[in-house]
Amino acid sequence: MAHKSDLIAEDIERYLEAHQHKSLLRFITCGSVDDGKSTLIGRLLYESKLIFEDQLAALEADSKKVGTQGGEIDLALLVDGLAAEREQGITIDVAYRFFSTERRKFIVADTPGHEQYTRNMATGASTADLAVILVDARKGVLQQTRRHSYIVSLLGIRHVVLAVNKMDAVGYGREVFEAIVAEYRDFAHRLGFEDITAIPLSALKGDNVTAPSAQTPWYYGPTLMQHLESIEIEEDLQHRPFRLPVQWVNRPDQDFRGFAGTIAAGTIRPGDTVRVLPSGRQSRVARIVTRDGDLGLAVAGQSVTLTLEDEIDISRGDVLSVADAPPGVADQFQATLVWMHEDHMLPGRPYLMKIGTRTVNASVTDLRHRVNVNTLEHAAARQLELNEIGVCNLSTDRPVAFDPYQENRETGAFIFIDKLTNDTVGAGMIHFALRRAENVHWQALDVDKRSRAAQKGQKSCVLWFTGLSGAGKSTIANLVEKRLQALGRHTYTLDGDNVRHGLNKDLGFTEADRVENIRRVAEVSKLMVDAGLIVLVSFISPFRSERRLARELMDDGEFLEVFVDTPLAEAEKRDPKGLYRKARQGQIKNFTGIDSPYEPPEHAELRIDTTAMTAEQAAEFVIGMLADAGKLAG
Amino acid sequence: MSTLTHLQRLEAESIQIMREVVAECDNPVMLYSIGKDSAAMLHVAMKAFYPAKPPFPLMHVDTTWKFREMIAFRDKLVQTLGLKLIVYTNPEGLRQGINPFTHGSAVHTDVMKTQALKQALDHYRFDAAFGGARRDEEKSRAKERVFSFRSAQHRWDPKKQRPELWRLYNTRKHKGESLRVFPMSNWTELDIWQYIYLEQIPIVPLYYAAVRPVVERDGTLIMVDDDRMPLREGEKPMMKKVRFRTLGCYPLTGAIESEADTLPAIIQEMLLTTTSERQGRVIDHDSAASMEKKKQEGYF
Repeated sequence: MAHKSDLIAEDIERYLEAHQHKSLLRFITCGSVDDGKSTLIGRLLYESKLIFEDQLAALEADSKKVGTQGGEIDLALLVDGLAAEREQGITIDVAYRFFSTERRKFIVADTPGHEQYTRNMATGASTADLAVILVDARKGVLQQTRRHSYIVSLLGIRHVVLAVNKMDAVGYGREVFEAIVAEYRDFAHRLGFEDITAIPLSALKGDNVTAPSAQTPWYYGPTLMQHLESIEIEEDLQHRPFRLPVQWVNRPDQDFRGFAGTIAAGTIRPGDTVRVLPSGRQSRVARIVTRDGDLGLAVAGQSVTLTLEDEIDISRGDVLSVADAPPGVADQFQATLVWMHEDHMLPGRPYLMKIGTRTVNASVTDLRHRVNVNTLEHAAARQLELNEIGVCNLSTDRPVAFDPYQENRETGAFIFIDKLTNDTVGAGMIHFALRRAENVHWQALDVDKRSRAAQKGQKSCVLWFTGLSGAGKSTIANLVEKRLQALGRHTYTLDGDNVRHGLNKDLGFTEADRVENIRRVAEVSKLMVDAGLIVLVSFISPFRSERRLARELMDDGEFLEVFVDTPLAEAEKRDPKGLYRKARQGQIKNFTGIDSPYEPPEHAELRIDTTAMTAEQAAEFVIGMLADAGKLAG
Repeated sequence: MSTLTHLQRLEAESIQIMREVVAECDNPVMLYSIGKDSAAMLHVAMKAFYPAKPPFPLMHVDTTWKFREMIAFRDKLVQTLGLKLIVYTNPEGLRQGINPFTHGSAVHTDVMKTQALKQALDHYRFDAAFGGARRDEEKSRAKERVFSFRSAQHRWDPKKQRPELWRLYNTRKHKGESLRVFPMSNWTELDIWQYIYLEQIPIVPLYYAAVRPVVERDGTLIMVDDDRMPLREGEKPMMKKVRFRTLGCYPLTGAIESEADTLPAIIQEMLLTTTSERQGRVIDHDSAASMEKKKQEGYF
């Protein structure tokens, strides 16, 4: 790996000594295919002599075959992945490249720049300290330059290099360069970058990449490589209040209990007082344990194991912090959310949220607006699609410790995970906690659900009837309620159609509205269960995730899912309200079973096959289940 | 304030990844190939869980064609460190006598390595397996995730790979699905060597130059490690001072002539050499997309 230091040949041990003290810089390159991004990265690898002869030979062969430089070496091919992959066009992703110089090791996140790749750019930017934003000197600042800059700033990058590339194609004109820089600065000042370094270069010819170019005598600034090697990326993180999200509790035996994690901010010494969040308990650090001996000091970025002086209950997901500047603790937040999945983000739908080392249930309670990544304008929206960015309010099912993302990337960032598919569907950055989370406390009351239900000689629960339109849900629910009333039980029925006349009359039939419809009904059911009632809900509720949302609102055993299973053909034949006919004629859109899916329950408490029993038999069947579940006794 | 060096930051990142797996997965295992990358990975693991031992076993998928020195080194190391080691060999392959000489490198690698690995993961129901692969090894690996998701059939589907932001790894999976986890993703070959040097990590002596019996075959120096190696007409083992840049099955691993018998000398040679480390591996030469294809099939 022909590194170009003479020291290697002359005095390898001195060379190694020098290289042990190298620092690390992670950066991202943003630009579209035509900006010469691949050529620039290829150039950086080539100039830092990280290309082997066998790779060079392959590159020469590839350049002749598919290169764009007329048989000359095409450096872009170094980073464009395998031939087969190029042809299949599956390079839509983040690739990581590595090179090093005498002073630094570099990790480059290389992302494609097209509009649909917001997801990839956010991914690459999340771990980068600096962004190189490429602009084609012939084209100047484009809409995508703005988009890249916005995403980079959103992800918290404070250092930007504006690489004005292809200067060779504009005759190395100073005016061209300066006009582009002025326009960029004018736009970027609202993005909050700490510094913007503009460099005129030609990745193709190598001007100002590693060596100063004779073609730009008017430029006195650093070359790209000089800048990357020397920029001070704030050790600022070490000056911030100490944070350690507890990742794993180390208990090899009765005598040792260590809290392992990576320090997210600040420094820590034995004897320092720490506070545990969210519990608020305090103790002092006894030891910082490592295999190489105890440490007297540990700093942000290190993975350590701490022991404390007191035995207090701490588990994975808790955050250790400096006592006098702890992180916030809340269960409602405002955050920016980047959506990363083909399935839309719908407010109200429950997701898993991983923040630091804690995973909780969360949902978007309010999508405040969507951000147009090209114009930065805000627009009202009811859902987020793949690669869209929105500002929203979130609610979690438990309080979590956090810092605003602006103050700490590690404790202010989160991902959303789909509960059914386990896919990572979104990534977010917390702005602040919503005040009501701090001020509105749940009122604990003496008269409770149990006592209210006992008074009625029953245990409260929800019978959730789901099935296609016309399956027989309301008919069966009605019979069940009549039977229950005859038995002296206290009930209430929430019917899908009826609720739409009142509580939910503002909602339509889009996917987002349907989710909100279910959420409201589930919340009302919950209140009624709290009131001690047996609640019958008769709702098509076609989506598993929404039924799961309702189930998770209730306590264990309170949610009884009744699948009224009628084949589509049979329901359509019955068509009691004539709706299938209208849907088939295209008069009703998003009709379940016709042009919108129905996801049958996988674990319903009861399945009723309406082709095998009458409505009366079905009702008895339901009553039997309630009795078996002990719901009909106080 | 102290600035962390690049090796300190890489080490901290690898430790964090390993702990995350232990905290969130039910039954992890560390694939230990005895080579230098495995040596560095294991060393990091010893640090990550100290004073506890790494709370997972090591597993070596043994093709039965590894260098004898590798096996001796492996057994001594796990004994010294007090770790649990699982050695797995594909029983079918063993019965059929699969070997690189009669069946060729492709069949041998598929049966004794790829298939064997899948069998072993299924057999022990491991839901996460650490591997020492690095992104700098080869172009198709540059995009590999740290947490690489595999279907219940161990297939790698590019569409199922999850975006990885910050240090927030999504480890969730359904029953039967598993993760391959690469804690050394962001290390380069030079980083590994430097770390081994700095931390004085023991490595298999085959990395150091010594006089060994080799034959030259198809332009590659192959060491005659035992008497199972059939010599071709006119082939006669020669004693040469050689070493290995990578270690695998001895019939598939080319030696290089070298005088480098200390770590600094090895690193010096590596820095001054003009060919990449994978060049010594016979299996890579098949086709340009060979690694990509192997990955989809379940090869690490």
